Amino acid sequence: MISLSHRRSLALNAIAKIGGVSLFLLRLLGQCVPALARPQLVIRQIYNAGARSLVIIMLCGLFVGMVLGLQGYQLLQRFGSESALGVAAALGLIKELGPVLTALLFAGRAGTSLCSEIGLMGATDQLAAMEMMAVDPVRHVVAPRFLGGFIAVPLLTAIFNCVGIYGAQLIGVTMMGIQPGTFWSQMQSAVGLSDVNEGIIKSVVFGATCSLLAVYEGYHAEPTAEGVGLATTRTVVTSAVLVLLFDYILTAAFL
Amino acid sequence: MTDDDAVVDVREVHYAIGGHAVFTGLNVRMRRGAITAVMGPSGTGKTTLLRLIMGQSVAQSGQVSVFGQDVVHLKRRDLYRLRQRVGLLFQNGALLTDLSVFENVAFPVREHADLPEPVLRALVLMKLQAVGLRGAADLMPAELSGGMARRVALARAIVMDPEVLIYDEPFVGLDPISMGVIVRLIQSLNRLLGITSIVVSHDVREIGAIANYSYLLSEGKVVAEGSPAELNREQKDVVRQFMSGSPDGPVPFHYPAPDYFEQLLEHPRA
Repeated sequence: MISLSHRRSLALNAIAKIGGVSLFLLRLLGQCVPALARPQLVIRQIYNAGARSLVIIMLCGLFVGMVLGLQGYQLLQRFGSESALGVAAALGLIKELGPVLTALLFAGRAGTSLCSEIGLMGATDQLAAMEMMAVDPVRHVVAPRFLGGFIAVPLLTAIFNCVGIYGAQLIGVTMMGIQPGTFWSQMQSAVGLSDVNEGIIKSVVFGATCSLLAVYEGYHAEPTAEGVGLATTRTVVTSAVLVLLFDYILTAAFL
Repeated sequence: MTDDDAVVDVREVHYAIGGHAVFTGLNVRMRRGAITAVMGPSGTGKTTLLRLIMGQSVAQSGQVSVFGQDVVHLKRRDLYRLRQRVGLLFQNGALLTDLSVFENVAFPVREHADLPEPVLRALVLMKLQAVGLRGAADLMPAELSGGMARRVALARAIVMDPEVLIYDEPFVGLDPISMGVIVRLIQSLNRLLGITSIVVSHDVREIGAIANYSYLLSEGKVVAEGSPAELNREQKDVVRQFMSGSPDGPVPFHYPAPDYFEQLLEHPRA
């Protein structure tokens, strides 16, 4: 059994960490405006975090959509409403699966890369060298990477959703024989702007969370091989847990 | 040395890290236009002293002044302004690995000055010429040898024409030719540009050849100071051991440990 003092120290550590991340976020936000004045740095990071994640996002989106098509068709067929497959797949993807899975994939693919890149820059004195050249590494290194991830996640989510819906259509219409007109028209009439907004808000929150955690852990990683490895692991684990926690909170808030 | 001569003035500095005292009343002053060497056995806090001078670490007590400004109490903006007047050559070069040699040298200028591209190009090429690496401008840091990387870092450190140049272990791991090149560069930069130079090193022979004044640190304090010749004449045991490179003496070869035979004979804990 965990002793009381151990619990207390765990709680204190958690509070200290939340405080540390919040202070870092404030410093980071202060440097985001000057970083936006150098758009080429941000665009490069959108390319690194976003464009380079496209293949994995599209592949996963396609398979998730196809699975939704198969499972949804089987379930809806029991109630004789297989024509609603388009609606079910679209709502499931836009409101839940798209933002959550994209964020989890982003944390695994780009978050780890952001974290280890910044961590290694710290371990090889590159961040200290910038400090010594009177260049704030938070402005030059951290802020562009944070903004790149923050902008890339909602865009990747949109692509994930589109490819996912195409995958569901591939199964429902091409394999199972649902009328394409029914598939698309029901989706058009049932999916509203509020559903899309919910997905967009979730993806923005998840993008900010995953990017912030990746750059925070990388910047504060111990400057050793082991330290950078541990920071990378923490990035993925914390991102996954927080994305699912925020997903629950946001879903409850939108009900 | 008068107060006006001192570019860097470290007075009665006490600094501890993780409960371990690094400096216990350190006093060091670096004179304008001179080459000052900071020597001492490994682990005596030579690099820590540089961090204190650059405002990267903060001493628990004492005063660290650079250009007459108290580094400890400077705001970040003022500290950055001060750092623009000081160049630092890192032990490993610390080049930005995603930028070419040219862009590494151009980096501080792009950040702090709004120079037209042709002027910037000419400036960077001149600095690279000074370190003999104009031909390597398009290479990436991963393609450079250790000595070349340090020369590129030196070009980067002087590109903003600093008043003070700090070298952290500039000779470590270099072959004799590269070492000779770096020694010559330190000397010529000091003589031709009038740059105040602070060299942290434990290479007694190389540093002795170029330094005007040397400090020898041991156990958190200055144990000897003076010109290289004066240090060579010093009779203190710790100075003699360091200057002659004896493996054992006041600075022990062995890290503190329990009795050797007792430890060999004791039963290992399960």
